[in-house]
Amino acid sequence: MTLLAVDGIARSFGATVAVDGVSFGVAAGERVAMIGPNGAGKTTCFNLINGQIAPDRGRVAIDGRDTTGRSPRALQRLGVGRTFQISQVFASLTVRENVQAALVAGQGRALSPWPPLRRREAAAADRLLDQVGLAGEAERGAAALAYGDAKRLELAMVLGQGPRLLLMDEPTAGMGIDERHALMELVSGVVRGRGVGLLFTEHDMDVVFGHADRIVVLHRGRVIAAGTPAAVRADPAVREVYLGAEAPPCA
Amino acid sequence: MRLTVDAIDAYYGGARALDGVSLAAGVGEVVALLGRNGAGKSTTLKSVMGLVATRAGTIALDGVAIGGLAANARARMGIGYVPEERRIFAGLTVAENLEVGRQPPRPGAPAWTEARILALFPALAPLRHRPGERLSGGEQQMLAIARTLMGNPGLLLLDEPSEGLAPLLVAAMADAVARLKAEGLTVLLSEQNLRFAARVADRGYVLARGRVVRDGTMAELLADRDAIGRHLSIGG
Amino acid sequence: MDSALATLRLMAAEPSFALAQALTGLASASSLFLVAAGLSIVFGVTRVVNFAHGSFFMVGAYLAVTAIGWLGGGAAGFWGGVVVAVLGVGLLGVLVEVAILRRLYAAPELFQLLATFGVVLVIQDGALFLWGPEDLLGPRAPGLRGAVEIFGQRIPTYDLFLIAVGPVVLVLLWLAFRRTRWGVLVRAATADREMTAALGVDERRLFTGVFALGALLAGLGGALQVPRETANLHMDLNVIAEAFVVVVVGGMGSVVGAYLAALVIGVVHAFGILLFPKLTLVLVFLIMAVVLVIRPAGLLGERGAASRQGAPEAPLRPASARLRWTAAALFAALLALPAVAGGYVLVLAVDVAILALFAASLHLLLGPGGMISFGHAAYFGIGAYGAGLAWKWLAAPMVLGLAVAPLAAGIAGAAFGWLCARASGVYLAMLTLAYAQIAWSVAAQWLAVTGGDNGVLGLWPAPWAASPAAYYYLSLVLCGGGILALRLLVHAPFGQFLRAGRDAPRRAEALGVAVGAQQWLAFIVAGAFAGLAGGLFAYAKGSVFPTYLAIPRSVDGLVMVLLGGVQSLSGPVVGALAYVGLADELARGVALWRLVLGAAIIVLAVAFRRGLAGAVGDAAARP
Repeated sequence: MTLLAVDGIARSFGATVAVDGVSFGVAAGERVAMIGPNGAGKTTCFNLINGQIAPDRGRVAIDGRDTTGRSPRALQRLGVGRTFQISQVFASLTVRENVQAALVAGQGRALSPWPPLRRREAAAADRLLDQVGLAGEAERGAAALAYGDAKRLELAMVLGQGPRLLLMDEPTAGMGIDERHALMELVSGVVRGRGVGLLFTEHDMDVVFGHADRIVVLHRGRVIAAGTPAAVRADPAVREVYLGAEAPPCA
Repeated sequence: MRLTVDAIDAYYGGARALDGVSLAAGVGEVVALLGRNGAGKSTTLKSVMGLVATRAGTIALDGVAIGGLAANARARMGIGYVPEERRIFAGLTVAENLEVGRQPPRPGAPAWTEARILALFPALAPLRHRPGERLSGGEQQMLAIARTLMGNPGLLLLDEPSEGLAPLLVAAMADAVARLKAEGLTVLLSEQNLRFAARVADRGYVLARGRVVRDGTMAELLADRDAIGRHLSIGG
Repeated sequence: MDSALATLRLMAAEPSFALAQALTGLASASSLFLVAAGLSIVFGVTRVVNFAHGSFFMVGAYLAVTAIGWLGGGAAGFWGGVVVAVLGVGLLGVLVEVAILRRLYAAPELFQLLATFGVVLVIQDGALFLWGPEDLLGPRAPGLRGAVEIFGQRIPTYDLFLIAVGPVVLVLLWLAFRRTRWGVLVRAATADREMTAALGVDERRLFTGVFALGALLAGLGGALQVPRETANLHMDLNVIAEAFVVVVVGGMGSVVGAYLAALVIGVVHAFGILLFPKLTLVLVFLIMAVVLVIRPAGLLGERGAASRQGAPEAPLRPASARLRWTAAALFAALLALPAVAGGYVLVLAVDVAILALFAASLHLLLGPGGMISFGHAAYFGIGAYGAGLAWKWLAAPMVLGLAVAPLAAGIAGAAFGWLCARASGVYLAMLTLAYAQIAWSVAAQWLAVTGGDNGVLGLWPAPWAASPAAYYYLSLVLCGGGILALRLLVHAPFGQFLRAGRDAPRRAEALGVAVGAQQWLAFIVAGAFAGLAGGLFAYAKGSVFPTYLAIPRSVDGLVMVLLGGVQSLSGPVVGALAYVGLADELARGVALWRLVLGAAIIVLAVAFRRGLAGAVGDAAARP
């Protein structure tokens, strides 16, 4: 069953065609990586899917339901969770309150006037923090988190809402090697265990080739290759425009 | 030494970003700062440029202390800075971007003209009247370096020059750095991509949590699997 | 309305009359453009909205009158005087930039707005001191005194001269920015100040130069206005309000946009005076509101720069035992106050309580909301008028009046907040200011209902609350309860999501939070509590005047919040206390009180950005 179906989406900015008819799909329980050179349209494509911008043409569907041009908020209600390239957390809340906020928002109670946020869903929040390895940081202000920790907090917030489709923009950018693979293992466990679909972009070829079931390669706004890591690595077009002679190491 | 940094501290708000960082770079040397995001690489470069205030320690260019100078004064003394996000002036044409960087030639540093720079980056030559916002990522990176060269720097600071470039363009960037070295420029660059650093740099410093935790020639650093696993991002 | 129809009929019958009116509008547009262009250029490069720009205009006019007087009559004297005035204002601009603004470029917008408002106050009293309170009549321009007949209408030659000045200056500015190295550097610095500096450009000198150019243009606008109107002490705020509108409608930072907008506003103003003489201000601000709703960045503007919030706030912590005990002790002391203090102290205490609630309601928007409301007096005043008009027209008793006050202000908050929801940063500041000005001009000009400047008089508390002590207790309970309710709200999901939406709006949206709706509700809540404060104030003073919704009252609120510290929930209370004390002292004995207040605001914005509560907190936190 295709969880996310992207069908011929396109978007121009002035005279520049950023995305020019991109189609692919993500199944439940599948990890799909989107790669390509800078300016290939990855970010635009990602934002067309997560509702940040609307496509000029084409269609995006989640679970067979047309979601083209829906706002990020509407997509959240359909079970889409996303993380940002530069992690976005609530700097003036504690780490635990960040997760509590995600849980309370998931229940649609963001406007509630009583009781204080810090008294809601504390136990559930702590379980999620434990899962991403931030249990010891719960009382700290989120602004004080190290870069990689903020990325993990963001993941805990998203997982707390029980998403069915995860969209992650460069999930491991700026993390150490060990940290990168640990984070991707954690995500992979959720994908397999709960049958969640995962679409991510990434510059680190080790992460891409090590943790994707399928890879979609963009170039100049179009898909030039899609398939298993082995097939993409061997693809001459991909080597020519993106990977170069220096093929990434085997995973 | 062209650049000597001695025990500098820097803070963002109350958070300590650099904790006694010391390093040096000789004339014509390419030196890499290695480490993951938040380790202090960019902050070190910004401290040298004068974009982040340091609270302790000294920074000297060709033996002259520059710690108290504003960024623009340091630039006129011969420090060129290419930020991680390129920061091209989007509404200005390529020629105007170069004009912003233009400074009179300085003794002791290679003198650049627009013609020489366009010969180094021939792809920019036909784009002189194109606004910066309509350049591709690779062209923007070239323009960011070209613009800095217009100031005739003796020391070039490159923040993550390979970041976001296709593996294919990373190789071209490595060639460009080699050519600048051949011109006699000193290059201090920050990198997460160890492969790229290994290719262009003579020596490296590994940073973690605002401190230098390891330094040596690139060959020595590459041999230290433990430092690589713990502190660096993309392995060799 | 009838007169408006009559005017329309006249214009239809006599099109040349409409043309003459349009030309008058275009002539005013030139001066407005000169001011707005300077404001826009300065904003583009420094990202500072300079409230004092109108003061440069005013000083330009005064200096021109004086300088022409010195240099004697004749063409040389007149034009020489204009040049002297322009250069003098440029010098003043350099002084302001070097002494004040230079220290504020990295500060949040709010502090920049306040500091430049402080400059307005200082210059106002400075002009009063130098030139006196009388309007000064300037000479007419030699050689341009006559009139030209166009389609049977006599058009002053000087108006035609002014109409030509606009495009000439526009072209000169365009050439300066496109064809000179200085212009390229200015445009580069507009786009990325830090990067420009890193390329060896001395951005401090560049900024001083740009600021001087902006001041020069404003001074030129003022000097050229001398033959058309008297130099007076109201020129500054009058022209700055219109220049804000022009710059916002045209698009911040766009000189061409400023020119187009100045033409539109100038012409609308010229016809508006004929058609709706009482409501010209409303008309002008309505244009701005409509343009901003359709094009949030103005006609030719690019999307506004992200607003600067400064360092992130610390997480909220539950009230410590010490804070609870302090609050309880304070409350007990306040309960005992009537037993030990006389009537004057109680009246002052009522003022403090009301202003503390007003400041606390503003704090909800400024602090947790991260939204600059520069027109918060609107809600205070609408609350006061709600109570006053309910009494005047419906003979409503006090209890009902105090219920109408927050209701009316809450509804106003809903209306203004809905319109403001798309804007942020300085745009929001200007929009809220504009709406407050609309509310103010309705209150001041709708004589039949509000009594205009005479206000609503004779409003008194119910008998049971008439004694000073009783009214004091009533204010204490309502204001204390309001402040407590606001505090609880901030800790609840409502307030925490307000802070969250301020910290990372895209994250909040992606979690399913409607950030816009959250902010809109905050406007309603803040408006309602400010309205309650206004209602209490109306009964405390026994009268309601348009000044309750004027700019200075909004600034009072901002100063109180800043005195207390934006990042501190108890700040507004501390701020109100300090402010009432300061204002009381000033009003009692200082002749040039605006100068002192202005200087105090500048010092506050430049040196004590975390406020008194913040400074005290720092001291307490130090080991």
